Amino acid sequence: MAEPIFVLDDVGVVLGGKTLLTGISFSVDPGEYVTISGPSGSGKSTLLRVLATLLTPTSGTVTFAGRLQSTYEKTAYRRRVSYCYQQPSLFGDTVRDNLTFPFHIRHEHATDAQLTAALATMQLSAEMLDKPIIELSGGEKQRVALARNLLFTPQVLLLDEVTTGLDADTKTTVHRVIEDYHRRGTTVIAVTHDEGEIAVAHRLLTIEAGRLAVTAA
Amino acid sequence: MNQLTVTPTALLFAVALVLIALIISWRQKIGLEKDLIIGVVRAVIQLTVVGYVLTYIIKVNRAGLTLLMVAIIIFNAAWNAKGRANGIPHAFLISLLAITVATSTTIVLLVLARAIAFMPSQIVPISGMIASNAMVAIGLAYRSLNSQFRDKRQGLLERLALGATLHQTAIDVVREAIRTGMSPTVDSAKTVGLVSLPGMMSGLIFAGVDPTKAIMYQIMVTFMLMAATSIGSTIAVYLAYPQFFNPDMQLRN
Repeated sequence: MAEPIFVLDDVGVVLGGKTLLTGISFSVDPGEYVTISGPSGSGKSTLLRVLATLLTPTSGTVTFAGRLQSTYEKTAYRRRVSYCYQQPSLFGDTVRDNLTFPFHIRHEHATDAQLTAALATMQLSAEMLDKPIIELSGGEKQRVALARNLLFTPQVLLLDEVTTGLDADTKTTVHRVIEDYHRRGTTVIAVTHDEGEIAVAHRLLTIEAGRLAVTAA
Repeated sequence: MNQLTVTPTALLFAVALVLIALIISWRQKIGLEKDLIIGVVRAVIQLTVVGYVLTYIIKVNRAGLTLLMVAIIIFNAAWNAKGRANGIPHAFLISLLAITVATSTTIVLLVLARAIAFMPSQIVPISGMIASNAMVAIGLAYRSLNSQFRDKRQGLLERLALGATLHQTAIDVVREAIRTGMSPTVDSAKTVGLVSLPGMMSGLIFAGVDPTKAIMYQIMVTFMLMAATSIGSTIAVYLAYPQFFNPDMQLRN
């Protein structure tokens, strides 16, 4: 049996005097696809941000690949555990600025071929590369943001309602790409409200009022 | 010789000018009457005190006393810059370091180049000019940091989530803040002589110096302020931006 990639033990988050998460304990195996659902404001995104080290738990422990999460150097950790926001903000002026960023932070040079291949995966044309970000539709923005997260294959992909508000075709593309990465070994933990995504979940965790309510295998 | 004496009677007449400002504020309901009165009282007291202090410092001409005066100027400038930081942690120490380095580097270079002599009548006013310009630049840079960290928060969070270092995350914000800090000095350098005849040059012309000689000093002052504001705002911004993050490399709320 492989060592779990994540082990959460009695994790709690209190922010500004408000309890957001209480007594969260579960583990995730490498290569698993975990779907997290629950009502708005129940703490799903908070949990994902804890896994991404974008929020530090106030109690309990998170273990990643056998080591306490807090012992990892943050930039190295976040390049392995990639977090994708629900309403991503693209930065710079063009799509290119966003796709070269993951290369830039690793001090690597990006070729146009690499960038257009990433766009093609998301069903976006090569001409999109130098398009100003203000001219992109919501669906295009979300796909560029996801491409940005996937340029360097992450060990874990954390998805925060990334398909919310997308049309059916775009949603299908996004699902296909995520499934593809999952098949190639990336662990996926996805927060969603989408009934369709919940129905086909490999493993479903439900969070209610900051507590883990149901664990369905 | 120029007539350079302002008599107390002339100053009393100048009070009429303040009254005009007060009447405008009162009639237009601008609500600045209290600030105007405080400003006038403070200006009179501060300038009177500094006049006597400078007279003494110039008379005794001691290096230690000159440096003490420079230190007081820098301390006050740092204190005022901190007031514009709007809660940035350690803003006073950061401002103190930035203004000290900006002022001392510029002064040392000017003295070494023999542009000015190490005597209180030159060191103290030049230090005041440098420190006050650095103070304004740093204050503007702080304001820019605060507004950018608020307005661009989502983009900064995304960069962090992608595994960027603090420097990689904030570099655009840092550059913009330094640019904002330096822009008044750069703008005034572009219009100097066309729009304004700045204080240094005006003072020398008032004192009877040939305007062609006065401009030499003004050119020196323009260059010196460019150096001082760039040094001051760069140091302040580079020390201040990490304060927007916590030790876990997350954006502070």
